Amino acid sequence: MPIENDPSPAFAAFAHPERLVSTDWLSAHLGEPGLVVVESDEDVLLYETGHIEGAVKIDWHTELNDPVTRDYLDGAGFAKLLGSKGIARDTTVVIYGDKNNWWAAYALWVFSLFGHKDVRLLDGGRAKWEAEGRAYTTVVPTPAPVDYPVVERDDSVIRAFRDDVLEVIGSSPLIDVRSPEEYVGYRTSAPAYPEEGALRAGHIPTAQNVPWAKAVAEDGSFKTRPELEEVYLAGAGLKPGDDVIAYCRIGERSSHTWFVLTHLLGFENVRNYDGSWTEWGSAVRVPIVKGAEPGAVAH
Amino acid sequence: MTDTALPEALADIRDDFLALEQSDRLQLLLEFSQELPELPERYADHPDLLERVVECQSPVFLFVEVDEDRVVRVFLTAPRESPTTRGFASILAQGLAGLTVEQVLAVPSDFPLEIGLTEAVSPLRLRGMIGMLGRIQRQVKEKSAAL
Repeated sequence: MPIENDPSPAFAAFAHPERLVSTDWLSAHLGEPGLVVVESDEDVLLYETGHIEGAVKIDWHTELNDPVTRDYLDGAGFAKLLGSKGIARDTTVVIYGDKNNWWAAYALWVFSLFGHKDVRLLDGGRAKWEAEGRAYTTVVPTPAPVDYPVVERDDSVIRAFRDDVLEVIGSSPLIDVRSPEEYVGYRTSAPAYPEEGALRAGHIPTAQNVPWAKAVAEDGSFKTRPELEEVYLAGAGLKPGDDVIAYCRIGERSSHTWFVLTHLLGFENVRNYDGSWTEWGSAVRVPIVKGAEPGAVAH
Repeated sequence: MTDTALPEALADIRDDFLALEQSDRLQLLLEFSQELPELPERYADHPDLLERVVECQSPVFLFVEVDEDRVVRVFLTAPRESPTTRGFASILAQGLAGLTVEQVLAVPSDFPLEIGLTEAVSPLRLRGMIGMLGRIQRQVKEKSAAL
């Protein structure tokens, strides 16, 4: 039984308002059967310091990634993980986290690779919940395990690989979600401490730089639809119907942008390139542009 | 890594972690994070004296003092909302406290990977701690050379 959507007028203009819930909505629905709240953070200890009552923790490093191959867990692993958190295939899942929901959006994207239907974000994440003075607990719930079916991960629709990106340079828009410093190729670290994440700096040719934070309002919630259209349509030149690929450094900030483009602005064909700069910036002979201009690919 | 190079306090911290189950190791790291002392006033009022640890995703700053007896003191700061980073900082602050220049410089740079947290915390996150240790050792080298 799916749980009712948040009817909040703030979400009504979005393409898929059912993908967001407000802090008010969540407060009112906590503990409802069929709802599981998931916290997913950059900081692996933050949940332990205090979390929303009843929320379970899913860590992207240790639980969503494969420990050996650079990839996500497989269908059996996902089934085992979700079952152990008390999440069934028809459970309504609300995810929230730190850093304005970067990692929450990342977890939501991974859930979407497995086609979990009803997965939503808490608008504003931890920051808004805290700013409103809402309660946390350190009590860790012990959900009764449930059966989650083994569903094969589908990487063909919302995930892009390096070769997919190479293929569309110059024909489909790319959005680089990193900071302007990373986009331009300027290194801030001292010479004795090179960044280990990638061997080269810069961006993928033609990519527009739209740092993820441009989608976020002061209080950590998403901006309104007209504001988002200003950023992504007027600003970055996306046109309705475009096929878009977003990337960042390891695919987490671009999950946030994937969420905005797909669920808030209604683009139907958005892919997240999770290899992102840590792959592209170290790959042999892929084209790279330095500087503030998007640049073009040489044919 | 050889035990002869590892000062007692750091060896104890490592052994404490290794004696625990994975989930309890996180709990111990949380306790460390709660023990990170506030910066002394001379640094709290002078953020310009502190060095940023860019290997950490959250803002972490540190400062090293070396006195005439070549004894090292390490000061670290990390935000409340980054308990993991605070835990790393606290391990180093406690484990290096009162050591000599030579002892600090002899700490293996991969010490953060040896305390049993690669599984519970992940190697990528531990890079921040490796960065802290590397910067501490560099400051110790610079400041002891000036003595």
